[in-house]
Amino acid sequence: MNADTPVLDAAFKGPVGSFNLDVAFKAPLKGVTALFGASGCGKTTILRCIAGLHRLPGRLALGDRTWQDDGENLFRPPHKRRVGYVFQEPSLFAHLTVRRNLEFGARRAPGGNGTVPAVDFDQVVDLLGITHLLDRAPAKLSGGERQRVAVGRALLSEPRLLLMDEPLSALDRSTKDEILAYFEVLQREMNIPILYVSHDISEVTRLADRLVVLSRGGKVAEGSVGEVLERLDLQPMTGRFEAGVMLTATVKAHDDAFNLTFLDHHGQTLTIPAVDAAVGETIRLRVRARDVSLATQPPTSISIRNILKGTVIEVREEPDTAFAETLIDIGGGRLRARVTRHAVADLKLTAGMPVHALIKSITFDRRSLG
Amino acid sequence: MPDQGLDLAGLWSPIRLTLELATVTTVVLLIIGTPIAWWLARSKAKWKEAVAAVVALPLVLPPTVLGFYLLVAMGPDGPGGWIAGLWGERSLAFTFQGLVIGSVFYSMPFVVQPIRNAFEAFGDRPLEVAATLHASPWDAFWSVAVPLARPGFLTGAVLGFAHTVGEFGVVLMIGGNIPGETKVLSVAVYDYVETLRWAEAHILAGGLLVFAFVVILSMMLLEKRIGRAAR
Repeated sequence: MNADTPVLDAAFKGPVGSFNLDVAFKAPLKGVTALFGASGCGKTTILRCIAGLHRLPGRLALGDRTWQDDGENLFRPPHKRRVGYVFQEPSLFAHLTVRRNLEFGARRAPGGNGTVPAVDFDQVVDLLGITHLLDRAPAKLSGGERQRVAVGRALLSEPRLLLMDEPLSALDRSTKDEILAYFEVLQREMNIPILYVSHDISEVTRLADRLVVLSRGGKVAEGSVGEVLERLDLQPMTGRFEAGVMLTATVKAHDDAFNLTFLDHHGQTLTIPAVDAAVGETIRLRVRARDVSLATQPPTSISIRNILKGTVIEVREEPDTAFAETLIDIGGGRLRARVTRHAVADLKLTAGMPVHALIKSITFDRRSLG
Repeated sequence: MPDQGLDLAGLWSPIRLTLELATVTTVVLLIIGTPIAWWLARSKAKWKEAVAAVVALPLVLPPTVLGFYLLVAMGPDGPGGWIAGLWGERSLAFTFQGLVIGSVFYSMPFVVQPIRNAFEAFGDRPLEVAATLHASPWDAFWSVAVPLARPGFLTGAVLGFAHTVGEFGVVLMIGGNIPGETKVLSVAVYDYVETLRWAEAHILAGGLLVFAFVVILSMMLLEKRIGRAAR
């Protein structure tokens, strides 16, 4: 965290449903921070507390502005907090057209005060691709369109922080992907800090820079997405099936004939299906532990295109299961590989051992680091 | 049957009085019923249902019972008498103002209930959204809650108006039968029948029948249209 970047400083403590929430975290007011955890772990409550929609004992400061301080009996009401809130369901005002929905927050916005530039209506509408919907009633929109309007409405209220509460959970798979693409563009163009709540690790790794991992009302880890995902001990939280790591690599070349893109990762080459990124651009990839295999000898005559040299850092066997998790140093980055305990015994995998990590090309997620 | 000739001019006075009474009552009810409906819909107080029950009492109470208590309250020894004393009268009973007060109590559930239902139907979410978009609670009430509850307001206003037009027992108890002051339509019909002036009774009764039919039909069409718009 850069010392100059203003910070969201939040701490809340109190009963939520069947457990007690007790969480304190700081997030830079820059980029995307994800609150990640299983359903019902208190993520949404934290977001509601930050917006002022719910009140738990605690304290909350955004940069140099304090919004809640129980010692001084300070609690800023929600309408005086400069946050945008995107709810799980789009929650558009049914009695207003799309345009009037968008204008609702914009008209009541406190106005640019020098530090926050006034948000341009046409730019937001254009970025979200909702220009052709402006005169429609919310009831006539699809789920994805509604959520895009809801995001635009929140942005136009000129927030200093955008809170998003599982904004994609009510949408189907293809709509999710479409909206994620809009979010990426938005994040790049608007430069607004986002606090993003989700229980979907693929969403989080695609969007977030930092991660706060929660479990039953408490914080279990906090750090950059890369750091957190590499930790084997967090697996119960990050999920076995989707567990994996983030790699950053530079685009080296494209092969139009085979529709591939070659990436450089600290001297080793990665081959992935062609991506829309310029040569020299840095992109982010997600590699799931279950898609990585290990070999002690360099394999030949094999369909897998990505074979990376590395060293075993850690092997963690899971008692009473067939599996073990391993962490591999591939020089400037780390991979996780999920293999059987049988393989661990057979190959005598231990820390310090040189291995070859095999990754199927098709398993990359990408996100441009604009 | 005594031959008195048709008294059309005499018919007009109760019609005008009834429309005046129903209009004033509806306006008063919208003004005081809306905050009550809002409180009943939003409050988390445990005893709010007791208040709701008091509001709903006229639904089951015989109008003569309600009228009796109102008569006592409005009489020279009740609070109504004290209020009437402010402009030099002895009592609110048997006055137009008294009728308005009685009608407000009598028709209140018909106005409060639909508005409360409408406020409850959209839940907390739109108001939370409004708050995160910098709308103060007062602003959100007018710009979000009232427009969203519009069907409830329409239903409440129509039912309140129509129910006041049809009021009889309470009027009889607290208003009596003073032409131009408290003699409303329903009392006039009764009066005409009592005095065997069936022609006039027929005109008024038929008119009220058509009125009731039109009100109910338009309510049904309105609800159908709102239901369609919501889909």
